[in-house]
Amino acid sequence: MRFTALIFSAALLVPLSAMADEDSVPPVTDPLTKKECGACHMAYQPAFLPAASWREIMATLDDHFGEDASLDPETRGQIESYLAANAGRGRARRASPPLRITNLKWFTSEHRDHEVTWLWKNRNVKTMADCAACHRGAGRGYFEDD
Amino acid sequence: MRSLLILPAVIALLATVDAEAGARQALLDGFATQAKAADSGFAGFSASRGENLFRTSFAGGKPDTPACTVCHTPSPLKQGETRAGKPIEPMALSASPDRYGDPKKVAKWFRRNCKSVLGRECTAPEKGDFITFMTGQ
Ligand code: HEC
Ligand code: HEC
Ligand code: HEC
Repeated sequence: MRFTALIFSAALLVPLSAMADEDSVPPVTDPLTKKECGACHMAYQPAFLPAASWREIMATLDDHFGEDASLDPETRGQIESYLAANAGRGRARRASPPLRITNLKWFTSEHRDHEVTWLWKNRNVKTMADCAACHRGAGRGYFEDD
Repeated sequence: MRSLLILPAVIALLATVDAEAGARQALLDGFATQAKAADSGFAGFSASRGENLFRTSFAGGKPDTPACTVCHTPSPLKQGETRAGKPIEPMALSASPDRYGDPKKVAKWFRRNCKSVLGRECTAPEKGDFITFMTGQ
């Protein structure tokens, strides 16, 4: 999967062919981001979303997918800088940037086969956002393991 | 000779445990001071009020998180789970000895979780009651 080639077009379609030949996503290297954004779920790799998405997520932490995940302003600023600097390339040319990786077009098309359904049931997965429930190497950036 | 080598390690370990117990007590003392300042009739923390806070379903918070037990389970001794599926160590001090020893961590999670569950920050007496309940479990 070549994440350097990850492009967020108007339709947010990542060309899968371009992703198919590199086998990992650059893992989160910033300890602060790993700790704070890894408290409730794995710390998602910044390359999965464009900078505009990370900015919006960091600006709305007091209502984060139905929870308060607020941070003090200094920590918030540092994490936002890290995420934006390492974000997926390209721009989301929409009025509002996507907030979920799990709603992106490439994601839903990669996750509709029977293997996903089987894992979902057998591992008692709560949400598709729990990448590590199915991808054991998710934290290290490996998603082709299973 | 060997015991001489082990001794410093034991002292270091005891010192860590001690420092955490000290931090926990300082935290409770701080909540007590705040509680007294707000209400001169404040007569100390109560584990049963803490348990009540822990178990009550509130209507003022965010719809998916009406109670502490949504994530922490009804048992303080059991491992909980976030809404995104990540395990949470038990809340009882007896099961998770590191709990309530880091004032910044405690402040951050009380702020977040009380806002999610109650729709407001918890008061000093509520925080003291909660920790008193959990340290007795
Ligand atoms: C207090 C808990 C908590 C913390 C802390 C937290 N999150 Fe979340 N996050 C959630 C929950 C709950 C969801 C939604 C899970 C679901 O319902 O699918 C979520 C979802 C997300 C999603 C969307 C996942 C998807 O569906 O594609 C992103 C992106 C995200 N969080 C980023 C972050 C970032 C960045 C941070 C650090 C600043 C962070 N989160 C910290 C609880 C948290
Ligand atoms: C219910 C199980 C399940 C969950 C949860 C899940 N995946 Fe997957 N994922 C799969 C399966 C199965 C495949 C397809 C098989 C494969 O290629 O390994 C897949 C494929 C992928 C691929 C393509 C891998 C390739 O072949 O190049 C990526 C990238 C990916 N997932 C990322 C994620 C991310 C990021 C998350 C969390 C936001 C996630 N997945 C959550 C099961 C899951
Ligand atoms: C949406 C899930 C969720 C809900 C609801 C929730 N918590 Fe938590 N709580 C967490 C997570 C996640 C952590 C951090 C992980 C950890 O400390 O193991 C945490 C940590 C804490 C801590 C820090 C403990 C320490 O180690 O210092 C306190 C205090 C706390 N919660 C109190 C509460 C109270 C009080 C309520 C109810 C008013 C509540 N929580 C409701 C998820 C939740």
